[in-house]
Amino acid sequence: MKKIYSVLVENHSGVLCKVAGLFSRRCFNINSLVVGETDDPEVSCMTIVSSGDQRTIEQIEKQLNKKLDVIKVKTFDEAMSVSRELMLLKVKYNRNNRKDIMEICNILKAEIVDMSKSQMMIQMCDVPEKIKLLIKMLNSISIVEVARTGTVALPKCTDAEKQQSKHEA
Amino acid sequence: MNGAQAMVKCLEKEGVTTIFGYPGVAICPFYNSILDSDIQSILVRTEQNAAHAASGMARVTGKTGVCAVTSGPGATNLITGIATAFADSIPLVCITGQVNSELLGSDVFQEADITGAVESFVKYSYLVKNADDIPRVFKEAFYIAGTGRKGPVLIDIPVDIQNQTVTRFEYPESINMRTYKPTVKGNGAQIRKVVAEIKKSQRPIICVGGGILLSGAELLLREFAEKYQIPVVSTMMGIGAMPTEHPMYFGMVGNNGKPCANRAMNESDLLIMVGARVADRAVNQPDLITRGKVLVHMDVDPAEIGKNAGPTIPLVGDAKHIFAELLEQDIQCSDEKWVSKLNGYRQTMKTEKESNPEYVNPAAFIHKLSEKMQEDAIYVADVGQNQIWSCANHIVKKGRFLTTGGMGTMGYSIPAAMGAKLGNKDRQVIAVCGDGSFQMSMMELATMNQYKVPVKIVVLKNTVLGMVREYQHYTYHDRYSVVDLSGGPDLEKLAAAYGIPFLRVHNMSEADQAIDRFLEKEESILMECLIDPMELVK
Repeated sequence: MKKIYSVLVENHSGVLCKVAGLFSRRCFNINSLVVGETDDPEVSCMTIVSSGDQRTIEQIEKQLNKKLDVIKVKTFDEAMSVSRELMLLKVKYNRNNRKDIMEICNILKAEIVDMSKSQMMIQMCDVPEKIKLLIKMLNSISIVEVARTGTVALPKCTDAEKQQSKHEA
Repeated sequence: MNGAQAMVKCLEKEGVTTIFGYPGVAICPFYNSILDSDIQSILVRTEQNAAHAASGMARVTGKTGVCAVTSGPGATNLITGIATAFADSIPLVCITGQVNSELLGSDVFQEADITGAVESFVKYSYLVKNADDIPRVFKEAFYIAGTGRKGPVLIDIPVDIQNQTVTRFEYPESINMRTYKPTVKGNGAQIRKVVAEIKKSQRPIICVGGGILLSGAELLLREFAEKYQIPVVSTMMGIGAMPTEHPMYFGMVGNNGKPCANRAMNESDLLIMVGARVADRAVNQPDLITRGKVLVHMDVDPAEIGKNAGPTIPLVGDAKHIFAELLEQDIQCSDEKWVSKLNGYRQTMKTEKESNPEYVNPAAFIHKLSEKMQEDAIYVADVGQNQIWSCANHIVKKGRFLTTGGMGTMGYSIPAAMGAKLGNKDRQVIAVCGDGSFQMSMMELATMNQYKVPVKIVVLKNTVLGMVREYQHYTYHDRYSVVDLSGGPDLEKLAAAYGIPFLRVHNMSEADQAIDRFLEKEESILMECLIDPMELVK
């Protein structure tokens, strides 16, 4: 079972290490982990994608809540969320395959953001499956290097701002 | 006022009377300031024992224990003690000196990343980078250590911060941390569910862990068990929550527990786990305790519930509050047949083992000793065969039974007993250890001597690492590897070297007289009991 954890944490040094350490120590998976500041400079948001059985998924949430630097944990499924990933990908091209590459980029709504006489850099921001699809499509053409951010996600918008907090006594 | 003076002032504000530690350059400003305070500082002989002593003191006083050591090796030596306190949920504030803050990260003399090293076994840690933060940090540290699921908190303070001027010292009155709000009161709906299950149950049982003692809920538990006639068993850390000879108490569960306690737990239809981790020592097949029965799991730490066994009814909160609420309910008493059935098991499932008459029989000896001890004595068991013999044979009346059930750290008993005695000067304190565990902390005899802490020590001497030998006996068919302890020391000479009276017990015929002499005076005394090296726990 795959779950996304959106974790608000205190924005001070060592917190990322504590959270990542918790996952490794308790043998929880990390599929991806992304951290960034929120609108409040004292608070960071981590988006962690993880998987495991029901008990593990529950334990991850509880153990995260137990960390004193964690302000709030929201756990949700992919289907209940909007998730995005950003990728930068460099390929080698030649006269013969240039058109093909551009076509693939067009179809998958990827953008060419830089190029030289032999290489081009493609940027794509989409759901993780689409990112994987682009990699697959370009695999036959020689990929030079890839950088991916990992998933960031938030639960879908609702009208009532009612979000459960596990920290409330 | 400088940082070090602020640190001492914070300890005074928290009502700390005694600290344990070991100085070094990086903590010297603090130890300089403590001279101006009424706080007693005890110099232990190795840092690990500072944490154990603080743990012993915390367990008998209910207050957070404090230790203070220097940077680098001082701090790393403390780690085992911190991990022990963490596993047993004992509230400690551990202060470590650190190198100059400008040199942090440059691997200078006696620098160790202690906050990083202890991350997985502290409740929280601080690295103070500004002396003005000291009051807030200390207030938070004591609050975190002593509330919710208790545990150790580490404060690492660079030496220059200890010397830095504090612009304004104001000790916070109250505390409000947005990330830490432990749940104390049980959820009403969940409590109603528990009540409904108790009403339905024919064969209810309560299994208590160390959480009961940490919450101070022993008396409420007793009242609850008596009022609703619900039998009680305990884990190792829960020993002492009920007097051993209480009619509703059936002993310790687990691999090394009482057969009747295990049987009672297995045959119950409602198991109420309170403040217990459901770890392998107590419950080695967690799936079994949910099969065919309703499991209610109460704990102040939500993460413990469902970690090792899925409960039918989770109930987060402090045992004291929950039992107080449950006692207000009107619940039909359980079947009398159940209690009398368990009493039958208690009578018939006694295990009495033969012992070599040429040596002291450890089980019988501990039984005799605990009968002769003062009613409210504090008994500290170490780790190894001695721990199992102690758990099975010590009779708790109005006293306490302390041991490290979670981490199982050898050498715990002597420093912990020392801390317990300093925390409770009018009670008899007795440490019982093996010759292996004794040698892990025997240097503390000097500390006891120096500060006149009259702890009584029993060494069950079998000249082997008994627990491991026993394991090798069963698992490797007597192929013994690295368990021989025949290198001494001569404990009589050792006791003389520390100026402590000494007794040797060769066999059971000498036991009565020796125990009487051992307990007679308020003094430190060392008693060596010769145990057959081949003696087994099982």
